[in-house]
Amino acid sequence: MDYGNTDPLSRQPLAVDARSADRACMREQPFATASDVLVSIRGLSFRRGDRLIFDNIDLDIRRGSVTAVMGPSGSGKTTLLKLITGQLHPDAGRIEVDGEDVHRLDKAGLYRLRRRMGMLFQSGALLTDLTVFENVAYPLREHTDLSPSLLRKLVLLKLEAVGLRGARDLLPNELSGGMARRVALARAIALDPLMLLYDEPFTGQDPIAMGMLVALIRQLNDAAGLTSILVSHDVRETASIADDLYVIAEGQIIAHGTPAELAADPSAWVRQFMDGLPDGPMHFHYPAPSLEEDFRTRGTV
Amino acid sequence: MRFESLARLGRVGLGALERLGRGHLLLVGIVLGVGEILRRPGLLWAQIFNIGVLSLLIVGVSGLFVGMVLGLQGYYVLAQFGAEQSLGVMVATSLVRELGPVVTALLVAGRAGSALTAEIGLMKATEQLSGLEMMAVDPIRRILTPRFFGGVLAMPLLAAIFSAVGVIGGYFVGVGLLGVDDGAFWSQMQSKVDFEEDVVNGMIKSLVFGVVVTWIALFQGYDSVPTAEGVSRATTRSVVHAALVVLGVDFVLTALMFGD
Amino acid sequence: MGKQHRIEVMVGTFMVLGFLALFFLAMRVSNLSLDTDADGYRLSARFANVGSLKVRSPVTMAGVRIGRVEEVRFDKATYEAVVIVRIDAGIDTIPEDTFANVFTSGLLGEQYLGLEPGGSQDYLRDGDEIANTQSALVLEQMIGQFLFKKAGESG
Repeated sequence: MDYGNTDPLSRQPLAVDARSADRACMREQPFATASDVLVSIRGLSFRRGDRLIFDNIDLDIRRGSVTAVMGPSGSGKTTLLKLITGQLHPDAGRIEVDGEDVHRLDKAGLYRLRRRMGMLFQSGALLTDLTVFENVAYPLREHTDLSPSLLRKLVLLKLEAVGLRGARDLLPNELSGGMARRVALARAIALDPLMLLYDEPFTGQDPIAMGMLVALIRQLNDAAGLTSILVSHDVRETASIADDLYVIAEGQIIAHGTPAELAADPSAWVRQFMDGLPDGPMHFHYPAPSLEEDFRTRGTV
Repeated sequence: MRFESLARLGRVGLGALERLGRGHLLLVGIVLGVGEILRRPGLLWAQIFNIGVLSLLIVGVSGLFVGMVLGLQGYYVLAQFGAEQSLGVMVATSLVRELGPVVTALLVAGRAGSALTAEIGLMKATEQLSGLEMMAVDPIRRILTPRFFGGVLAMPLLAAIFSAVGVIGGYFVGVGLLGVDDGAFWSQMQSKVDFEEDVVNGMIKSLVFGVVVTWIALFQGYDSVPTAEGVSRATTRSVVHAALVVLGVDFVLTALMFGD
Repeated sequence: MGKQHRIEVMVGTFMVLGFLALFFLAMRVSNLSLDTDADGYRLSARFANVGSLKVRSPVTMAGVRIGRVEEVRFDKATYEAVVIVRIDAGIDTIPEDTFANVFTSGLLGEQYLGLEPGGSQDYLRDGDEIANTQSALVLEQMIGQFLFKKAGESG
């Protein structure tokens, strides 16, 4: 399976983005950085309070691939997505998306870049007072001047892609969790982005919804020539669709490779995480003095 | 131990200053977003509806009762000096100068301010604000600015309605029940209540309260901890802070306007 | 679209109500009347003491308000108070020898300027001065005079 060399033509938007002209006038020269790498992270450090979330990590995401970042809860996976999209600022290091340093852009530049990124939030993040149709239409109304009939066709197409064309008049609170995520996905692809970021797409989904999402992510990636970044701790589902896997824990990248490579990795860390072992380098017990000592010295209540 | 508490005091002080700074920066951001409501006036109408129309009932009913109570109490005090004829003046002046703007602001803080805080806090907790940002839509301009101007515009109108209904309530009690002379009630009122001094100053007060109440409500929601508990705390804080600031600002404004 | 329409109608109603209330406060509750400054004509009068007569105090004739005090100032040459009043436009037959008094409405009430018409056939016109005036009664002075007189009688 090699999804790395997708035909660059298929990544062209369907002439929807009325401001696609923006792209031409950006600083980058179209083919100067036409390397294989869409997102490049170098020397990234980020701390929250006293805690070091990332300690000098390097990470590359190839164009057209589905790259998964896995790690235990609290290892900063969502933080990584927020850093890539410029919602958070790193303490050190640089993140380049399509040749642009995300954290050097001004607000207008950042917003221009974000129009080419779609993000799927854990909760879906649908606007609760708008219908499914209006939610998907929102970014289109916001950033394009399409005629109502064209807009309608486009929204219905996007909804068709996630199988929810029939649910267009429902409100978000009438949707199941899996449906809400699919609507959010339709909204994320409304502007035909360059890349899609998924924040824990499988968490809390029943097996059927999960299967649908897994298939959908892969399908969208290949059909529209996207680049997908997936953050998850659901090992099996993630491994089944990812081309490239990163495992992070305690601020470090502890493993990187294809799913097959990681499945064969002998390191204790990777084994514990991939196989879901209860004890290993990551301990079952929260750090504490020994039980005996605790009984003796702090026995009073 | 002593240094410990001193350090904690310092941290609390710094935290408060930081929040104050964030609040003002947010206000600047909100006001700079005014172009957004010129481009999409529909957003503003929806918020005037949420804040103004939905508060209309509580403001009207409260105004009626406050006016009626003023009529009763005022009558008993004024009758002791044989000055019942001044009842209209007393009712109208207290309503237009003080009670109209202040009580309306408190009611709006409770009715609409808390709802605004909860709404924004919930949007934050459910990642709707981040979602907008990822769609390259500025949530401050799109979500906060229309709510702010909706509140600022609705407040003086609500206060005017409160005062007008209150005067009518006072009229019913004073003239209808207690037998104050109809003509004296209105003519004394008209000769003593000054449009610029009383009515316009009252409206200015109310405009300032509109800014204060909606600003605090929006800031508390926007700055809330994005969890169920955080949002509920922010909602309580929004009402308490708004009430205290309204009363404090009222004292300052009253001193400035009627001080000399 | 229907929902948006309903919101607009209700917001419109709300705005109308609000401005009606404001209009009521302006016209019915307070003294804003549209004919104040432009209409009418000005007269002046000099008093030795105006008491607490103030700007906007009423000017009455036979108990009916016919104008308002527009200005109260001190004349440093004559040590007198100069009161400028604006008389409503329709009232154009005030005799030249009209008498102006500073009265108090009730014991504790506000002071106002009462005009008592004389018998002259010539009427006051814009800018004229009311020659006959009587100053405000100051309670302390009256009590003082009363006591002085009583003391004189008994002594």
